[in-house]
Amino acid sequence: MSVATQTLKKFVNAPEDVVKESLAGLAAAHPDLVRVDFDNQVVLRKDAPVAGKVGLVSGGGSGHEPLHGGFVGRGMLDAACPGEIFTSPVPDQMLAATKAVDGGAGVLHIVKNYTGDVMNFQLAAELADDDGVAVESVLTNDDVAVEDSLWTAGRRGVGVTVIVEKLAGAKAEAGGSLEEVATVARRVNERGRSLGVALTSCVTPSAGAPTFEIGADEMEFGVGIHGEPGRRREKLKPASEIVAEMTEAILADLSPAAGATLLAFVNGLGGTPLIELYVVYNELAKQLAERGLTVARNLVGNYITSLEMAGVSITLVELDDELTTLWDAPVHTPALRWGA
Amino acid sequence: MGGLTRVDSATMARWLEGSAVAMREQRDYLTQLDAAIGDADHGTNMDRGFASVVTKLEELDDSTPPGKLLVAAGSTLVSTVGGASGPLWGTALRRAGRSIGDGESFDGAALATALEAALDGVVKLGAARPGDKTMVDALEPAVRALRERVDGGASAADALVAAREAAEDGMHATVPLQASKGRASYLGERSIGHQDPGATSTVFILRALEQAVRERP
Repeated sequence: MSVATQTLKKFVNAPEDVVKESLAGLAAAHPDLVRVDFDNQVVLRKDAPVAGKVGLVSGGGSGHEPLHGGFVGRGMLDAACPGEIFTSPVPDQMLAATKAVDGGAGVLHIVKNYTGDVMNFQLAAELADDDGVAVESVLTNDDVAVEDSLWTAGRRGVGVTVIVEKLAGAKAEAGGSLEEVATVARRVNERGRSLGVALTSCVTPSAGAPTFEIGADEMEFGVGIHGEPGRRREKLKPASEIVAEMTEAILADLSPAAGATLLAFVNGLGGTPLIELYVVYNELAKQLAERGLTVARNLVGNYITSLEMAGVSITLVELDDELTTLWDAPVHTPALRWGA
Repeated sequence: MGGLTRVDSATMARWLEGSAVAMREQRDYLTQLDAAIGDADHGTNMDRGFASVVTKLEELDDSTPPGKLLVAAGSTLVSTVGGASGPLWGTALRRAGRSIGDGESFDGAALATALEAALDGVVKLGAARPGDKTMVDALEPAVRALRERVDGGASAADALVAAREAAEDGMHATVPLQASKGRASYLGERSIGHQDPGATSTVFILRALEQAVRERP
């Protein structure tokens, strides 16, 4: 253990305490927005449960901050269940969160499509049902890097999860029923696609070493948010060419209507500075315009990360009037705030 | 003694404690295997879960029947492991425990039935089949070998030797396979050449079961 600590170049006390201490920091920084139930390891909206409102619960392994705890608050999530780093949380957490945010209108589980997350949320939904709480589950699976879902666990849930949480959260805040909120969430997932590219690996505190090896002049095209491999390993190239390849892969799969209106989300994976994210956004905006597509809304920043991985993901969502209105609705969380 | 071998709560407790020792000793090895084709947390997760099981055992009454003991251990794994291994091994032990029922002890045939129930639970929850490069590749042949030996008149202890050997063969056989379930599936062909960490921890757990039953006081 001591060897790992000496070689681990991270701001940690002990690797096993990182998640809990980070949650304590979140609670200390944002007491006006969230509270943390440390017994159950759940981040709760400060005023949960909100009577008559559908509760939104998400969760997953830690290491993707600000996802999900940073999105707890008005207009987004009611609770987040952080697991250990890159490890799904357990059903007890999800059950405690579900009960804590049930304001009588039912609870929506937003689940990223990973084997562990799906199994644990499934067990939690069964337990909540036993306790008389109405639960709907929505799976996000937007990563176009996974091409052949017959031979894999299916497409991974990545960037669109942030957009689903924002738009479904706004729908719930506006008084939507459980069915209506779930329908919005599913529609966003169906209309959203993502792709990520990594320049370096992440390092989990417990492993203390890079999750994967990558050459100084290489990039992983289609990387997952836990360092899972993508479609191919390539030589690094100019940003314009990387963005063109990413955009091509996403649009080929999304097939938006001619002249469609898009939400463009350029997300940093943790180790890429904002100046580069804006270089990427500049290329993306130009290339989408050349294709006759309108970017009506955008989001640029680090929102669903992979520890210190240098890299970027692009998510495109085909908007409609309702989704655009929901995007503009007020949101007030530690990591996303406007109109409130 | 042959078919007279019976298994009781003390044996089950030794199995779980032995599994916990193995997970602690093999933690870094399992995590290394997982780093190659997964997300480098399998050893840490299994160690945390089985350590919690040992704590749970200390809280249980000595008169707890073996079936109930396994159900409690399974629930503890579900509550503490996370990832896919928690629900899978938790379900396996809970199903096995429920299959055993409330008796104070059980025989080799009931043990085989219990592990068949465990395998069934794992397959249903994980939707994995043999050859998918998962824990099923070790568990399924082990359960099959156990059933064959027990039906052939072997003692539980002897049948478990065959089961553990079958699990080891299954574990080695995952090396050339391409994963099609779980996180390793994203590697596609790049998962070939690596031993599956879930099949490996399954071997350690079955080895602990074999030892617990053989070393009955």
